[in-house]
Amino acid sequence: MNITRRQLLVLLPAAAIAWEHVLAGTPEASPNYNMSEHWWGMLMDITKCIGCGSCARACQMENHVPDGYYRTWVERYQVADWESETPTVDSPDGGKNGYPPPKKLGGKNFFVPKMCNHCADSPCTQVCPVGATFVSPDGVVLVDQKYCVGCRYCVQACPYGCRFLNPQTQTANKCTLCYHRITKGLTTACCEVCPTGTRQLADLKNPNDPIHEFLKTHSVQVLKPHLATKSKCFYYGLDGSVR
Amino acid sequence: MQIPVDGFMYPNEVELQWSVLIVLYPFLTGLVAGAFILASLERVFRVDAVKPTYRLALLTALAFLIVAPLPLQLHLGHPERSFEMYLTPHTSSAMAMFGFVYLWYLLAVLVLEIWLDYRRDIVVLSQTTTGWRRLVYRALTLGSTNISARALHIDERAGWLITVIGIPSAFLLHGYVGFIFGSVKANPWWSSPLMPVVFLFSAMVSGIAIVMLLYMLFNVLRRVPIDMPCVDTVAKYLFYAFIIDFSLEMLDLVHRIYEADESFRSLDFMVHTRLYLSQVVIQIFVGTLAPLALLALTQVVKLAPVVRKRIYALAGCLTLVGIFAMRWNVVIGGQLFSKSFLGYTTYKMGFATREGLLTAIVLSILPFVILWVLVKLLPPWPEKEIAVAAASGD
Amino acid sequence: MKTFKDSGHLFRLAAVFLVGLVGFLVLRSFLVPHSFGRYGHYRADAIPEIAATPISYAGHQVCETCHSDILEVKSKGVHKGVACESCHGPQAKHADDPASVQPAKLDTAVLCVRCHQASIAKPKSFPQVDAAEHSGGAACNTCHQPHSPALTGGSQ
Repeated sequence: MNITRRQLLVLLPAAAIAWEHVLAGTPEASPNYNMSEHWWGMLMDITKCIGCGSCARACQMENHVPDGYYRTWVERYQVADWESETPTVDSPDGGKNGYPPPKKLGGKNFFVPKMCNHCADSPCTQVCPVGATFVSPDGVVLVDQKYCVGCRYCVQACPYGCRFLNPQTQTANKCTLCYHRITKGLTTACCEVCPTGTRQLADLKNPNDPIHEFLKTHSVQVLKPHLATKSKCFYYGLDGSVR
Repeated sequence: MQIPVDGFMYPNEVELQWSVLIVLYPFLTGLVAGAFILASLERVFRVDAVKPTYRLALLTALAFLIVAPLPLQLHLGHPERSFEMYLTPHTSSAMAMFGFVYLWYLLAVLVLEIWLDYRRDIVVLSQTTTGWRRLVYRALTLGSTNISARALHIDERAGWLITVIGIPSAFLLHGYVGFIFGSVKANPWWSSPLMPVVFLFSAMVSGIAIVMLLYMLFNVLRRVPIDMPCVDTVAKYLFYAFIIDFSLEMLDLVHRIYEADESFRSLDFMVHTRLYLSQVVIQIFVGTLAPLALLALTQVVKLAPVVRKRIYALAGCLTLVGIFAMRWNVVIGGQLFSKSFLGYTTYKMGFATREGLLTAIVLSILPFVILWVLVKLLPPWPEKEIAVAAASGD
Repeated sequence: MKTFKDSGHLFRLAAVFLVGLVGFLVLRSFLVPHSFGRYGHYRADAIPEIAATPISYAGHQVCETCHSDILEVKSKGVHKGVACESCHGPQAKHADDPASVQPAKLDTAVLCVRCHQASIAKPKSFPQVDAAEHSGGAACNTCHQPHSPALTGGSQ
């Protein structure tokens, strides 16, 4: 076959890109993965969280999150007696490197991990002007990095503060529920490294999922229920003071 | 760049997302809507006293409307993808639908109305000027040189119809901007059904004020006497619009204080500290109460024309400052407090950066440059109209 | 007919608008991505693109296929629920090529305190100590074997 130099110039970059896709994993999601069979959520068992920050560090490493921005973070709460509307909260560097000694003692003290709630009725996808952010058929709120114009309307619309503008790509960015992992049968990076089982991935369409079972038999809460976002990040043991 | 935080903010909230350019954008579109409403006063509601400002109001609206998308483009992370809003607009997004409202208003209302109103002048000028100006006018005629009485009558009727459509379109133009903020349930400083209405009335106030100021300024520069009945009427409408605007903002404030919901304590603290200068001092006292008092004075006390002109000029300038402050307080204020209601951040405005103060200043000056070009191309002065009529053999 | 003649300019204007509209629609058919709208108002091809992101954490099942001896030790101790990479960091590269990519040796003095340094905000039932008081500066693996940390006396 005679390939002219011009043809080669066109073919080589295309071949290189295709090869990259092969190296990175299957170009389609794993062949065994069917989007319509899953509806993803997350369970956070606050009673177990030790604030080690492993989740935040692992997320940064798995997803190459730039410093100063957070796809997930851990907050430390201190609630004095009955003052549940004015807790003292801190999250130094997202909780990745520990917390300073508390300024005052007493009251209830606990950690709360936060992340994208992957809302089924998500206000962030509602406001996107171009359709760059969306709820996937399997319930994960994702951002199309090639289509996002970087207007930051979604960042304004998220009630939970989980979105940011990636300074390198100049597009909106947030937790993807490690979509590249869960579609291959792995769990999210944060759930993988959580040493106490605070964070657990849940498949709300899977009747055999133990977390799904937990959600059906325990009292769980979501953040800001009055905003009716149909959040799929469920908290067990969440105190009323948590914002 | 370390941004100082008081209390607790969600980690991603510390850096402000919408900058001074996003403050400038509703200010510019507000001027457009307000200037157009003033123009429609004469055209549709037959308030003949304000006729001298009619054409100037239209050109002002056009100059500002042309510049309005620029702060948005400079703000986007990927301005080269901004056309996606027209290709695949998300119908649930107020921002996307606004793109069409803007386009409709620019093309189907403003450009059309200006063209129809100026068509006789354009045809005459295409025949009497030379050089590149002649080419421009010839292009604007779209090849038709029919300025017979019947054709002009058709233009007048069509223009009237467009103005009638234009009034709700102008309401939609700036009401939509208000809705972009008012529909964000995550932000209690923004989320309110009053937001589009407040934006609209403050737009009317700012638009009327700027046309009044420009009219007086141009006449001074051209050494032409200012038509006092005209400015008196414009100032009167400014006064009325301002009263409505102020009442709406006070209603919002009183309602918040009375209901004192979850967000109130945090917002109240913010207004008393970080936002005190821009909200209480500049927006309310300097930018609203002072011009209202000045305008009320002219309505109640009989003053000499020269005094009235000075008062109108001062009131007009203070009004523009106040309305800009209102946009600042909405946009920046809405991002200074945490959605956890537990903390506050600071806005670090750059100077010579893409979204910095210098850019905002340049973008604020640009509409006046464009207006100057438009005024040269399509003179809005009443005496020029007479000259053109004479040249066309009326 | 006279009306038509005198509104000729309006027809010309309408023609300009029509040309603009048709031009826009034609351009649109070229520019809108082909997969747009398949599942919803977004580019469906974005989903596999996101799913193709390279993986950094292999997941403990992958570690256990080779390191079953460690698994044996770990499953008997209180760290049985702690994933390997929780301490050892992302090891997908090592799992892909075990011979040439070696995990770094860990410093227990830094690593263990992340979880076990006493804090009032940690659940009371969680084992936590003040590191300085507890060991007097000695590294944790002087007395505790990390894979099964219950005290048996002596390091690994």
